[in-house]
Amino acid sequence: MNLELIRASIPEIIDGLGFTLLMWLPGSALALALGLLVAILRHYGGPALDRGLQALLGVLRGTPFLVQIFLLYYGGPFIGWDFDAPTAGLLGLSVYGAAYFAEIIRGGLAAVPRGHVEAAACVGMTRAQTLRRVLLPEMALLILPSTINMLIVLMKETAVLSIITVPELTAVITGIGSLHFAYAEAAFMLAVCYWGLTEATGLLGRGLERRLQRFRLA
Amino acid sequence: MTAPAIRLSGVCKNYGTHRAIDGVDLVVQPGEVACLIGPSGSGKSTLLRCMAFLEEHDDGLIEIAGDPLGFAPGENGRIRLPDREIARVRRSIGMVFQQFNLWPHRTALGNVSEALRFVLRLLRPAAERRAMAYLDRVGLADRAGHYPSQLSGGQQQRVAIARALALEPRIMLFDEPTSSLDPELTGEVLGVMRGLAADGMTMVIVTHEIGFAAHVAQHVVFLEQGRIALEGSASAVFRRPWNPRLARFLETYLDRGASMLIAPEQSDGA
Repeated sequence: MNLELIRASIPEIIDGLGFTLLMWLPGSALALALGLLVAILRHYGGPALDRGLQALLGVLRGTPFLVQIFLLYYGGPFIGWDFDAPTAGLLGLSVYGAAYFAEIIRGGLAAVPRGHVEAAACVGMTRAQTLRRVLLPEMALLILPSTINMLIVLMKETAVLSIITVPELTAVITGIGSLHFAYAEAAFMLAVCYWGLTEATGLLGRGLERRLQRFRLA
Repeated sequence: MTAPAIRLSGVCKNYGTHRAIDGVDLVVQPGEVACLIGPSGSGKSTLLRCMAFLEEHDDGLIEIAGDPLGFAPGENGRIRLPDREIARVRRSIGMVFQQFNLWPHRTALGNVSEALRFVLRLLRPAAERRAMAYLDRVGLADRAGHYPSQLSGGQQQRVAIARALALEPRIMLFDEPTSSLDPELTGEVLGVMRGLAADGMTMVIVTHEIGFAAHVAQHVVFLEQGRIALEGSASAVFRRPWNPRLARFLETYLDRGASMLIAPEQSDGA
């Protein structure tokens, strides 16, 4: 293995890593916000809206991210969505993630004991207050493990954005690999980078769970 | 004459085709402690939950201190009152649940002060001062900073009582408040409730603690199949269980030391 090549590539890899983070972190934040919105709409919006959103989520979760991002980037211009690659990537990742987060959050809301909501009603809290001060915080605690998991999935899905020419980690490193015919080195560097990010996220998640343990009953 | 604390007239509640509450008329006077007893499925919890408007009654009228709760009689049947009015009437009621239902992400103090801050709109220092006073009243001032997960079941239930009391309701409703507690922890919760009764709080209690009911309640209501099978003063109901169904129900408590309650030769000394 050509360690000299790996060393020489570090500045480029850092640039790629930066782009990966730029796609992943804002993309995840948007996905969470959008997923939350969809879950709340499903929770309060009545059966018709619920079914409509459920069908939409079914399509998003039933097709590969690769296909979605292809459609958005190469198909988008036909209906006037002429995004540059990073914008399309960020948008695509947000919508894809939102479909999963919506489901995770819906499950979390459903898992908050009904009695906690009844207790809020009995002390005179409005529906909006109950949502903000009881349902959402309790839901957030419940979904923490699956949220961390989903963040890791989204992080790895950013690799797909290389095919629409977003200069993120995978694009940069496979580029280096092709240029120097060093495919093994490239694959190795990629694995190390993604694994490092995954470990860091998992560590953060476990730390957070430990800190929040006392907020949990049983 | 002042209005009764609670008046139910012809209250019905259905679940699908099952009639859980079947035309209940009940009056609870201010300062009175009323206990609802009866076998499982007799509708006692459902009836209490109707009084808190956690279940919406399908027929009949519920009045809290003279104000209709949830529905008022209209020209063509009843009309549903606006949410704001429901919330206003509900403010007279404090509710305590079998499962405590404390919010796990808030401390004991947070649980008690929450509604003071966000419903009564007190500033945080004032809300916390008042919350502390009520935690002190249930003997838990030293646990104010603890989260529910760090409290015993009995302590959690006492925090839940403080949370309801802090809003200064006229009526406290208790839904099997000791049924999820060890016998050892039951005593501390019943002690707090006994103190409330002594202070003249109007209380409606669904309970299996027949001994407690016999000693604290002025008014005992025996429900069966969604109807009031028998009601009266504690001594009338327990000392002279002439109703065979009540006698059978009370017999199940015999081996728990309640035999003295239903022995007919027992004198009526308090």
